[in-house]
Amino acid sequence: MNAIGVNGIEKSYGEVHALKGVSFDVPQGELFGIIGPDGAGKTTLFRILTTLILADGGTAQVVGLDVVNDYKEIRKKVGYMPGRFSLYQDLTVEENLNFFATVFNTTVQENYDLIKDIYVQIEPFKKRRAGALSGGMKQKLALCCALIHKPEVLFLDEPTTGVDPVSRKEFWDMLGRLKKQGIAIIVSTPYMDEASLCDSIALINEGLFLTIDTPAGIIDSYPETIWAVEGSRMPQILTRLREVPQVKTAFAFGDVHHVTVEPDFSPDVLSEILHKEGFPDARVEAIKPNTEDAYMLLAGK
Amino acid sequence: MLILLAMPVVLVILFGFAITTEVNNVRLAVYAPSKDNLSRLITDRFDANPYFSIVDIVQSPADIDRLFRENKADVTLVFGEDFENNLMHTGEASVQLIVDGSEPNTATMMSSYTTGILATYQAELSAGSSAGGGFTVIPDVKLLYNPQMKSAYNFVPGVMGLILMLICAMMTSISIVREKERGTMEVLLVSPMRPISIILAKVVPYFCISAFNVVTIILLAVFVLKVPLTGSIFWISVISLLYIFVALALGITISSLVQNQVSAMLASAMGLMMPVMVFSGMIFPIENMPNILQWLSNIIPARWYIEGIKKLMIQGLSVEYVLKELAILSVMGTVLITVSLKLFKNRLE
Repeated sequence: MNAIGVNGIEKSYGEVHALKGVSFDVPQGELFGIIGPDGAGKTTLFRILTTLILADGGTAQVVGLDVVNDYKEIRKKVGYMPGRFSLYQDLTVEENLNFFATVFNTTVQENYDLIKDIYVQIEPFKKRRAGALSGGMKQKLALCCALIHKPEVLFLDEPTTGVDPVSRKEFWDMLGRLKKQGIAIIVSTPYMDEASLCDSIALINEGLFLTIDTPAGIIDSYPETIWAVEGSRMPQILTRLREVPQVKTAFAFGDVHHVTVEPDFSPDVLSEILHKEGFPDARVEAIKPNTEDAYMLLAGK
Repeated sequence: MLILLAMPVVLVILFGFAITTEVNNVRLAVYAPSKDNLSRLITDRFDANPYFSIVDIVQSPADIDRLFRENKADVTLVFGEDFENNLMHTGEASVQLIVDGSEPNTATMMSSYTTGILATYQAELSAGSSAGGGFTVIPDVKLLYNPQMKSAYNFVPGVMGLILMLICAMMTSISIVREKERGTMEVLLVSPMRPISIILAKVVPYFCISAFNVVTIILLAVFVLKVPLTGSIFWISVISLLYIFVALALGITISSLVQNQVSAMLASAMGLMMPVMVFSGMIFPIENMPNILQWLSNIIPARWYIEGIKKLMIQGLSVEYVLKELAILSVMGTVLITVSLKLFKNRLE
């Protein structure tokens, strides 16, 4: 039995077609990432799977139960952490945890093993009100609250958005440890660099899944030759790159530009062109594609 | 948005029509033991007056009492024994006005209207008389229920109606909507907790606070404002709890209909507070409103509660006289709690 099985889920809000028929399966104990920009339909999908809203079409099962008919059972078995911080801001860390334990008919002690690793990090602040915590601390507390009843499936909607890089790293390490306990985790994120930390990823854009694969699989199936270009006067370089006939696409990518080119083109020729055109310090280097390159390519089609 | 545009319209219409301190349709009962010609002429005079309508010509003083208790008359005109005889022979005769004093503003207005008409008649009588000595009709005004015309008698039930509605409906709706706004409702819904438990958990604290408030207001009214507590405390509590229940159900209903705290606040303020102020009879007498507004006032729970409390607390009537109010509030409560539970969503939309 899969932890999650989704088949042709559709959802519209008036004119906006938020989900245009997505299908995927998540096996038990897998860390499944849904990667896409804001407004791609990630939150809508999470809300359908957590039985909070009804889909217009398609079917979905969570832990083998139908999201429409068996919603009461599903609610006992899943943990959900919404994208927005949704705990009681005026209760302390400890009070929030106790409250959610009570809501789920359990106690903090009963499942303390599961949350111990995470809770020790926020324990020094257990008397502090949840509203006064830092972004990273809030997410750790929210994760503790979502885990307190030892769910079979954990839904995390953008858990690392607005969290500093160090805390983000820690958060993903925790997810890795939770996965080992046999909990299926489905996590959404707008950060492409987090994709490689998942077992499987789905790239989502405008309500459609572009692809579902392992992170390595997505990169391996990338069909284009890709180079990184860097130098001073980056904006001008980008404009110039797009005028080169052999260059198919060129995107700014952090400190460098990523370009895809015709197969018979060589990096040396490109750097020569740039040197002649008044960019003497421009360097061109063949690189391995990453998830974002794959996303740009798939979303551009 | 709608509220912003509709508010001035509603206010102008309501205040323009409803807020009239003049008294229309005073229900007059007449007791004339002597059954003489003159008292009949005066009665006709009142009957012809557009502000008065004769509801009953009573036969015994006991009937007067009954009419007031059943709230069928506002003023009773009691002519003295041998009214005509006395007036014709001594030039002086007395008329007793018994006025329902439970609404002080209205009571003042009603008694001055009545004495005014009597005075006009007396002037006409004197002018037409050949004797030239003049006649004097001495009105003796007696205020029932509230002899000192204390306004506290009127506003205490009103304040109870208002405060309880404020705390129960407004606070309940705001506190439930706050969960939606903060996103905590999302987390609570994805839990084994049943929606009915969420509602109960939200409602019970406000129920307790309101019950406590009823006690505080009554204690203050009795010991500080010296309002008499003549009726049964048991039935005052029953009707208050019933009213609190209606208000809580209203609060839950509002919370299901709106999405954020500001709308909940506006809906409670405009949809509940204002009607309570206007239609409860606390400020403006309901009897003087146009028919459509009177009809509207029937669906305001506070109107029935305030009437019930006035009867029980101020007039000291027994429970048989508030059965109607109790029944109406019970029906309202049942309907509202059914509607609110139906409206409360198991999901986010």
